[in-house]
Amino acid sequence: MNFDFSDDQRMLRDQARRFLEENAKPREILEGDQPFDRGLWKKIAELGWMGAAISEEDGGIGLTHIDLCVIAEELGRSLAPVPFASSIYLGREAIAIAGSPDQKQAHLAGLCDGSKIGCLATAEGNGPLMPKNIRAEVSGGKLSGTKTPVADGDIADLAVVAARSGSDIGLFLVDLTGPGVARQPIETIDPTRSHATLTFDGAPAEQLGTLADGWRNLEATLDHAAIMLAFEQIGGAQKALEDAKDYALNRYAFGRPIASFQAIKHKLADVYMKTELARSNAYYGAWALATGAAELPVAAAAARVAGSKAFIFAAEENIQTHGGMGFTWEFDCHMYLRRAKHLALIIGGERKWKDRLVSQLEQRNAA
Amino acid sequence: MDFSDTPEEAEYRAHVRAWLDQNAERREPGKTFQLKYGQDGLVPLAKDWQAKKYAGGFAGITMPKEYGGQGGNQMQQVIYNQEEANYVTPRGAFEIGLGMCIPTMLTYATEEQKQRFAPPALRGEEIWCQLFSEPVAGSDVAGSKTRAVRDGDDWIINGQKIWTSGAHFCDWGIIVLRTDTSVPKHKGMSFFFLDMKSPGVEIRRIKQISGTSNFNEVFFADVRVSDSQRLGGVGEGWRVALTTLMNERLAVGQTPAPDFEEIFSLARDVELETGPAIQDASVREKLADWYVEMKGLELTQYRTITALSRGETPGPESSITKIISANKRQDIANFAMDLMDQGGVSMDERQTMAGMFQEAMLSSPSGRIAGGTDEILRNIIAERVLGLPQDIRVDKDVPFDQLPTGR
Repeated sequence: MNFDFSDDQRMLRDQARRFLEENAKPREILEGDQPFDRGLWKKIAELGWMGAAISEEDGGIGLTHIDLCVIAEELGRSLAPVPFASSIYLGREAIAIAGSPDQKQAHLAGLCDGSKIGCLATAEGNGPLMPKNIRAEVSGGKLSGTKTPVADGDIADLAVVAARSGSDIGLFLVDLTGPGVARQPIETIDPTRSHATLTFDGAPAEQLGTLADGWRNLEATLDHAAIMLAFEQIGGAQKALEDAKDYALNRYAFGRPIASFQAIKHKLADVYMKTELARSNAYYGAWALATGAAELPVAAAAARVAGSKAFIFAAEENIQTHGGMGFTWEFDCHMYLRRAKHLALIIGGERKWKDRLVSQLEQRNAA
Repeated sequence: MDFSDTPEEAEYRAHVRAWLDQNAERREPGKTFQLKYGQDGLVPLAKDWQAKKYAGGFAGITMPKEYGGQGGNQMQQVIYNQEEANYVTPRGAFEIGLGMCIPTMLTYATEEQKQRFAPPALRGEEIWCQLFSEPVAGSDVAGSKTRAVRDGDDWIINGQKIWTSGAHFCDWGIIVLRTDTSVPKHKGMSFFFLDMKSPGVEIRRIKQISGTSNFNEVFFADVRVSDSQRLGGVGEGWRVALTTLMNERLAVGQTPAPDFEEIFSLARDVELETGPAIQDASVREKLADWYVEMKGLELTQYRTITALSRGETPGPESSITKIISANKRQDIANFAMDLMDQGGVSMDERQTMAGMFQEAMLSSPSGRIAGGTDEILRNIIAERVLGLPQDIRVDKDVPFDQLPTGR
């Protein structure tokens, strides 16, 4: 039994935390006019993080998905304003899962060294991701339709797009800098992560994997991303808890720190409990991802549900603990709330993932 | 990260499993031992089972061989607990004695006392209980009032303990007593062990909501114990009590059914307006929440075990276990009965899983109180894990006999 990170992974975590404490400045993106922090993106590329969990022959730096999860926790903690999730957990992962050797050869190296940014385009407005809600269509190698919102769709070079082809749903690679692509940045709940509406009008689209495997490959990509996003969520939840604690220790009311009142103590104990449940589920996901265990879909959905709940709860109660200052623009509390809800929605909401979790458990039970 | 056993652990697990297969029945969802803790008739069966475990080499796995234990490590104990959880075996009679009382004895008793008391407890011949709570000292255990007054080589006990699990069938007990009322509360306590059949000990069973009676009131009228039965110094009883409670938290426990498996199984069986309950979106949401909690606690335990197997002190994460599992059990019981709808009121033997959910609805409130209330556990997490300030203690520096006591 060794259900913990290795010494090397702990070192990586400490190094990542120090680096991001110094370099991640989400407020500059929140208040500025840039869609993401290009300088930070470049530095992260230099650290090699984007190549983690891809073999050297495919353009990565080796390491495992567990290492990538360690990095994800720190990115979540620091609210890093970069397209890491879109490019690495989603775009890169989809190509690694579904791509042919040639496609991997063509695209992974650029995503792993940060010279290219990827994204995954699935949503077409409100409603859950399901075949019925996908109207974008590829015919004769040309994609037409609208995807919105697409995280980092405004800045990505490359999109993996879920689209209809005949009666199947397939994954397609689209060069977003090429012809037939119009992109319009959109306002979202979390301006530290940019989003766009992508309109395709006969854009050249290259099939990724077989059509028959399209939906399965999409679900596998989302499972992988769910686990890494769960680490971002526990990183964010943990930081929101620490901020709430620090504020409560220093804020005095009725002649004593508010942290000495049980109403605050018990609330923060509840945040701690939810965060630890999410952490344990996320660790299990990391293990399943790194070993390719049959448990992966169940572990991914559980990590996703627990992570979404924990971060939103921590972000909300952090504001509550801060009282009036908590809902000001100046205090950082709202940035955690924004990111928490953003992360809880980007690959499908809590309701959707709970349903998927139970479906997976039913399947496992039937087997 | 990996979940696999080391070769030694795998060998031990196989050995445990083979022995359990020969000596016990495997557990199906919804199945529990024929008698519950608190029901008459359980104790002889529990004693037989403990004796079997002793003969099989699974009693006191981490305790030293010279006191009847196996001299094994914490990992072996964890493996045994994990495996036994898959079988229906009598539960409840020995946990407190072997998990809390005997470890306290092994820390504080004399060599002769350890030789005398540990082996019979491990063989299932003697059962121990723990006498801490009092009518006026529940969450505030250090507020205990039951007095012990020195009389030559003896102490004379007067007062009352309550919520003593198993006192009515126990042979021996450990007890924390007030030996000095002129000093603040934590400083005036001493710790003893005593024969539960001593003259002057009167035990009255408490009938609980569920109809079972595993708790007792224990009255002391001039009960005499020898000073040689004192564990730790005079006035150091609180420190000894903390050792005992520490052992309580280290005990890697298991949640009593019903848990996720049972409600998942029920949801597949019950027909609602639109088909099996499991197809209902509101049911699925709840199932997902409970799965995440159940799995999260199991995995949190693995984090604790990892620390143990590395020889490290486990982190604070295990402190979340009881509060979450007790609340989950209450929620599951209530929701299961709601799914059964009008039929849910029935708890006769023909009810689904022989009325397990109904029994849990009635017994689960105790899980949120016994062994540390939800509120005290939240305080513990806030103070010891998060480092928030202790509650303001108005009684801290006041001599015990000057504390206001209310009604």
